[in-house]
Amino acid sequence: MTTELAVEALAVEALAVEAHGLVKHFGTTKAVDGIDLAIPTGTVYGVLGPNGAGKTTAVRMLATLLRPDAGTATVLGHDVRHDADAVRGLIGLTGQFSSVDEDLTGTENIVLIARLYGFSRGAARARAAELLSAFELDEAADRPVKTFSGGMHRRIDLAASMVISPRVLFLDEPTTGLDPRSRNQVWDIIRVLVDDGATVLLTTQHLEEADQLADRIAVIDHGKVIAEGTATELKASVGSSSVHLRLADAGQRTLAHQVMSRTLGVPVLLATDTSALSARITSARDAQDLLPQLFDVGVEVAEISLGQPSLDEVFLSLTGHHAEATDDATEEVA
Amino acid sequence: MSAPDTATRQGTARQGSEIEVNPLRAAIAPRERPARPSAVANAFTFGWRALLKIKHVPEQLFDVTLTPIIFTLMFTYLFGGAIAGDVGTYLQFLLPGILVQTVLIITVYTGFTLNTDITKGVFDRFRSLPVWRPSPVVGALPGDTVRYSLASTITLGLGFLLGFRAGGGIVGVLLGVGLLLVFAFSISWIFTSLGPVMRSPNAVMGTSMMILMPLDLRLQHLRRPVDDAVVPADLGGHQPGERPGHRSTRADGRDGEFLPGRLGAGGLGGDHRDRRARHDAPVPDADLRSVAGRAGVRGS
Repeated sequence: MTTELAVEALAVEALAVEAHGLVKHFGTTKAVDGIDLAIPTGTVYGVLGPNGAGKTTAVRMLATLLRPDAGTATVLGHDVRHDADAVRGLIGLTGQFSSVDEDLTGTENIVLIARLYGFSRGAARARAAELLSAFELDEAADRPVKTFSGGMHRRIDLAASMVISPRVLFLDEPTTGLDPRSRNQVWDIIRVLVDDGATVLLTTQHLEEADQLADRIAVIDHGKVIAEGTATELKASVGSSSVHLRLADAGQRTLAHQVMSRTLGVPVLLATDTSALSARITSARDAQDLLPQLFDVGVEVAEISLGQPSLDEVFLSLTGHHAEATDDATEEVA
Repeated sequence: MSAPDTATRQGTARQGSEIEVNPLRAAIAPRERPARPSAVANAFTFGWRALLKIKHVPEQLFDVTLTPIIFTLMFTYLFGGAIAGDVGTYLQFLLPGILVQTVLIITVYTGFTLNTDITKGVFDRFRSLPVWRPSPVVGALPGDTVRYSLASTITLGLGFLLGFRAGGGIVGVLLGVGLLLVFAFSISWIFTSLGPVMRSPNAVMGTSMMILMPLDLRLQHLRRPVDDAVVPADLGGHQPGERPGHRSTRADGRDGEFLPGRLGAGGLGGDHRDRRARHDAPVPDADLRSVAGRAGVRGS
């Protein structure tokens, strides 16, 4: 790769982000309640958790926007509290909400950021043109950002974070609210970025996203890391495999539930999808027994699959509640 | 679609994704960084942003342009005659007040904008950059200057058109407007400081207006210029910027001893002229009466 030299020069730290016992309280709310993180350089690290788990607060502390109440954190060896300016020179941040000026055009936004980093007028314009074209926003370059679609909006957000090619990029729910195509574009951007040696910390409530992108995942809930590891490790910690059923008629779920519990002898999970249910099994043989039983009582199965437990099941078994079934009203504000 | 050289990650590139990987890779490859700019350069960049916002959202200047026009016309022609006896006399008295009032309302804008930036999230981006910390706020000053100056120009321009004549001459007017700008900058910090602490831009606006309205209603320019006694002395409004201590000066002025050399308390060269008009003191030059005549206005 062409960038190896530059990466070598920069990547002296084995850990891009390191945090010990980070704590942040808002009044009596413990938004972050003692988080430890160790993110190896050049990897994607997923922070997975429901709304209000403390993801945003943790990212804001690491990105020097919030002062931790207790604990320490370093980004590429620089302390976020005492050496905040050095940290700011190395990171990029794409917040959960729009982090560009909606009144300005795409070009103006990038030029603004580039000028703040110290680019000359001409260099800032050139950088803006380069980034906008790379993010396929050239056509929208002269339109105010408020006229952008959701996907374009996210891309200009990301482009604005990459004016200086940050070594560590914080992405707070980068794909929330995007359609699948835009989401895939964002995922591709993240992959390219990490291929080039940058480190990405991304928060998400979407299990699939963490599964797709992240080398390691920290599951957080109520301000604490409740599990950490690769997606495979997390799944393995929950159970060997599982059977997923989708019924043709959601009304038959109670009946199917009874049959499954009786046949398999394990707890059966009702998914958020009202026609789906799943259970952990020890071998595929169990599932073989299950189908005739269901057939006998007249339950019509639309879909059956065997596989590793989904991260949703992981989350459920770790926290006792579904990852995505939380009330939106508890959204983090900090 | 995806680059062939990155088998592992790009191998999973999904259908429907259209980002071209190679230009992207080139654009985000590690590169040399420019030297860190000075604090002043940072502030100027934010100033540039403030001006750009005016360019892109000229509607934000409505309160700067239309409000003074509406107020001036409304008070001059609807109430002028009733309050002062004739419209010309009232305008002479009213205009500096309208000017101060207009600029006073605009001072809320910086706090409002700051809060908008914070709630929308763009402020987080600025804070995550290695820039001089106060620069976003300091950089708002150029935008403010444009707004204040525009409002002053429009108000004065309309005033002159309607027949207002400033006693202080061009220098007096410029000095007055200059003083008004300084005054506006000073006041705007009150509302700017609300910016980071309030929950929403509307809360900033509401709170600021709550602070401003009582001040505004105390402005004397809407009152009858001839007779100060209509409003009890302790309720008597004063021009913003006029310290309460000045009230005694005004009491003197009522006896026709107001010091003409003094820059008007309202910040306008023409202010002492208003006072004379207001107190029905003999006006040395005939211009005021002729002004009233020229404006073609009649007393009620």
